[in-house]
Amino acid sequence: MEQENEAARTGLARRWPEAGVALLLMAGGIVVITDSLRVGIGWADDGPLAGYFPFYIGLVLVLASAWNLFQAARHWKKDVVLFATWPELRDVVSMLVPMTIFVVAVAFLGLYLPSALLLAYFMRRHGSFGWLATLAISAGVPVTAFLLFERWFLVPLAKGPIEAWLGF
Amino acid sequence: MNDKIAASGRLFAALGFALAAFSAAPAAAWEPGKPVEFVVPAGTGGGADQMARFLQGVIAKHKLMSQSMVVVNKSGGAGAEGFLEIKGAKGDPHKIIITLSNLFTTPLATAVPFNWRDLTPVSMLALDEFVLWVNAESPYKTAKDYLDAVKAGAPNAFKMGGTGSKQEDHIITVMLEKTAGKKITYIPYKGGGDVAVQLVGKHVTSTVNNPIEAEAHWRAGKLRPLCVMDAERMPYKAKVTGDMSWNDIPTCKSAGVNVDYLMLRGIFMPSGVSQEQVDFYVGLFRKVRELPEWKEFMEKGAFKQTFMSGKEYADWVAKNEALHVGLMKDAGFLAK
Amino acid sequence: MEEFSNLMHGFSVALTWGNLGFMLVGLLLGVLIGVLPGLGGANGVAILLPLTFSMNPTSAIIMLSCIYWGALFGGAITSILFNIPGEPWSVATTFDGYPMAQQGRAGEALTAAFTSSFVGALFAVIAITFLAPLLARFALQFGPPEFFAVQMLTFCSFVGMSKDPPIKTLAAMMLGFALAAVGMDSVTGQLRMTYGFPQLLKGFDFLIAVIGLFGIGEILLTMEEGLSFKGKSAKINPRVVWHTWKELFRYKRTFLRSVLIGCWMGITPGGATPASFMSYGMARRGARDKDAFGKGNIEGVVAPETAAHAAGTSALLPMLTLGIPGSPTAAVLLGGLLIWGLQPGPLLFVEQKDFVWGLIASMYLGNLVGLIVVLTTVPFWAAILRIPFSIIAPVIVVICAIGAYTVHNSIFDVIMMLVFGVLGYLFKKLRYPLAPLVLALVLGDMAESSFRQSMLLSQGGLSIFFSNWLVGSLMVLALFLLVLPGWGAFKNFLRAREARGA
Repeated sequence: MEQENEAARTGLARRWPEAGVALLLMAGGIVVITDSLRVGIGWADDGPLAGYFPFYIGLVLVLASAWNLFQAARHWKKDVVLFATWPELRDVVSMLVPMTIFVVAVAFLGLYLPSALLLAYFMRRHGSFGWLATLAISAGVPVTAFLLFERWFLVPLAKGPIEAWLGF
Repeated sequence: MNDKIAASGRLFAALGFALAAFSAAPAAAWEPGKPVEFVVPAGTGGGADQMARFLQGVIAKHKLMSQSMVVVNKSGGAGAEGFLEIKGAKGDPHKIIITLSNLFTTPLATAVPFNWRDLTPVSMLALDEFVLWVNAESPYKTAKDYLDAVKAGAPNAFKMGGTGSKQEDHIITVMLEKTAGKKITYIPYKGGGDVAVQLVGKHVTSTVNNPIEAEAHWRAGKLRPLCVMDAERMPYKAKVTGDMSWNDIPTCKSAGVNVDYLMLRGIFMPSGVSQEQVDFYVGLFRKVRELPEWKEFMEKGAFKQTFMSGKEYADWVAKNEALHVGLMKDAGFLAK
Repeated sequence: MEEFSNLMHGFSVALTWGNLGFMLVGLLLGVLIGVLPGLGGANGVAILLPLTFSMNPTSAIIMLSCIYWGALFGGAITSILFNIPGEPWSVATTFDGYPMAQQGRAGEALTAAFTSSFVGALFAVIAITFLAPLLARFALQFGPPEFFAVQMLTFCSFVGMSKDPPIKTLAAMMLGFALAAVGMDSVTGQLRMTYGFPQLLKGFDFLIAVIGLFGIGEILLTMEEGLSFKGKSAKINPRVVWHTWKELFRYKRTFLRSVLIGCWMGITPGGATPASFMSYGMARRGARDKDAFGKGNIEGVVAPETAAHAAGTSALLPMLTLGIPGSPTAAVLLGGLLIWGLQPGPLLFVEQKDFVWGLIASMYLGNLVGLIVVLTTVPFWAAILRIPFSIIAPVIVVICAIGAYTVHNSIFDVIMMLVFGVLGYLFKKLRYPLAPLVLALVLGDMAESSFRQSMLLSQGGLSIFFSNWLVGSLMVLALFLLVLPGWGAFKNFLRAREARGA
């Protein structure tokens, strides 16, 4: 990032994610408070009820987030600090998207096939590996995982229809 | 997802089929085609976990099964996590679960939707006894001494340590309260081993530990058993301490403490499995019961050795469930 | 010196070629378990258990306990190389270990971690050898109020030192506590914050949060900073071990303090994870240059590793003498003892002399052999950093997913790992500190139940926390540590105001 070109200097302003995280935590705090009210937030004869601590935890979370939100809003116009430049964010997204697809795929296809695909995608997209190396490594890692976990340590991993069809 | 796993063994089955065509062996009874997952709806180190790991060990040692057995602890939500897993694994014969009283108490206390009828009963392994323990240095020599002291003392003066909340130990404490007519403070801990140590350290006045949880401390002269919560005495006559055997512990009834409670240690499978598959496990645990190690384990933990399977077992579970509904209702433990 | 002759007898039992072989098998397996998140000692014992039936109990327990040492050693490796704690007790090791690796000092960090582990274990075993009965009696002193005081002390020793914005620290901490509260409330048996979702019954596992926040979060950060791990320029020099050892001599006080914290936490049993956090916090407080921590200070590796290993080792004492396991792995070892017909308890030391002293002797040997084994692998581990990022990044993602899945065999946990990963990335960028979040997640649950158990005992009276010298002094120490940084900040504030006024 040493080159001071235009693309590097524009990016996502810090205030957006700052406000987003604060709102998210606030929502989390409200969820906690709501359920604590259900189980009881009082102090009985023999100590606090199940919701006593969570209630105050939620409350402090909401207040702290409100303060953070207020801080972000106060400097809204003045805040010129970048969260990350667009090229940087693009790199992050280029990791996050395949990772998300991977996790979703694991839910439906089991662990092995998505792992191989993720490895192959990365080696081709971000590395400059030949097809042979790509194939060897992307097949080798899931097979190693299978042998290590399922066969040796007897730890079952997520499996999908393809493994079932093969009879595992 | 579990249904998919259930299809396991197909490849091997196909290979096996080709081989079988040559050897023309008679069709054998069903056997697991892959490692069997043995779910423990409790944490590591507790009574159910100890029994499950023991079973895993002896089954491997005597090669009672061609596939291995894997113990998996699923203790979340007082065991609900484990039971829901088995409930959701319809038709999967490679999953079994060992139960404790939370089979009945957890759905009643938390309203998490499961019931033993969602599972297939396999067999009862044993029943676990409950003994009333006090610290060896405490002045209570008999259950009557203890009960009189509870009656005479202020409410909540006595502190009972137990495992979990609104589960078996808690239920027994409420039964004791009813007998004494005085409130007893109940302190829930994580596991039975912790509870026994808390009594040795005098942080609580009494516990209702299972025999196996407190045996070592009793033998070391740190704890004193007052009575066993069963209609009859325990049968084991070998001396545990210098002068006492399990058989020497009087029943609570005889001491005027009218509390009677036994806990199921049994095996269940998911629903939708074939009779053949159930029979395999019934046979497996029948074989385990014949082993000298099992007999030793039973004696060490002073278990009540009752074995049941099939309809007899299902009927027993149904009766025990009705009992728990009554007990939980009386204690005010039902989920609102 | 009866213990000494017993120990010598123990060595004669343990020191056979066969047993040394079993040790090696156990150790290598243990290191592997430690490296892979999601595999625990229970898995290792599961695969070795069938083998052990043909052995005598002493050989068997030596092999099984070596899995335990191996896992303790191995937990540090991925923490240092990739910021992924393989085991919960190596979270604190990431704070300085990973920055060291980024600076190309991975070999140094690994050597420091392994050596510290060894030192911690060694002193803990010495304590077990000579003070076992005394220590067992000390452990009995701990009831709910004492446990709460210890948890409070852990917490207070750690918080209040961070340079991050205080309100954000508070928010992160509260998030940790809130996550810890999800699931079943162990005191009343009520479900909290599950909103009817069965996936939430088991609560948020610490390991899943940590894999996501640290492991996945770090990968996202690395992507942003440009496609490579900075540690790849690490020089692999066999002499790094000697150089590091020379440097480590400077940290005698850190070692001593960490050993004490570790042994104490292991015996009570408070656990290796809180021990590592407390030790890290105390080291930072005691250091002259507090700002060096978190930026690759070797002392920040020494303190948590020494304490974690000392705690892990001394946790075997309450297991043997009282039958209470200090960790899940100890619980599985306990199960092993029962299968061989050995009943842990106060009489084990009397009734099974050969076995107990053989085991204790194997603790010395196992750790020494373990140290040699892991030190020889340092160049190998450091070399992993040379693998191109386009291979190692997806491999890490896959390993993290496996780790998250195996904790509860749940896909939901894998999804949560990703969510925690994004959160970890955002938090790092926005200067929300992760350490208080993780610490709150570990301690929240335990501290709340100890507190409420105490309240049940005292029928709602807070005075129980000052009812005897032990709990009282722990509480006072904790409160003192809590107030101290506030006082420091106040003084700085006054000074700054004077300066401005002048």
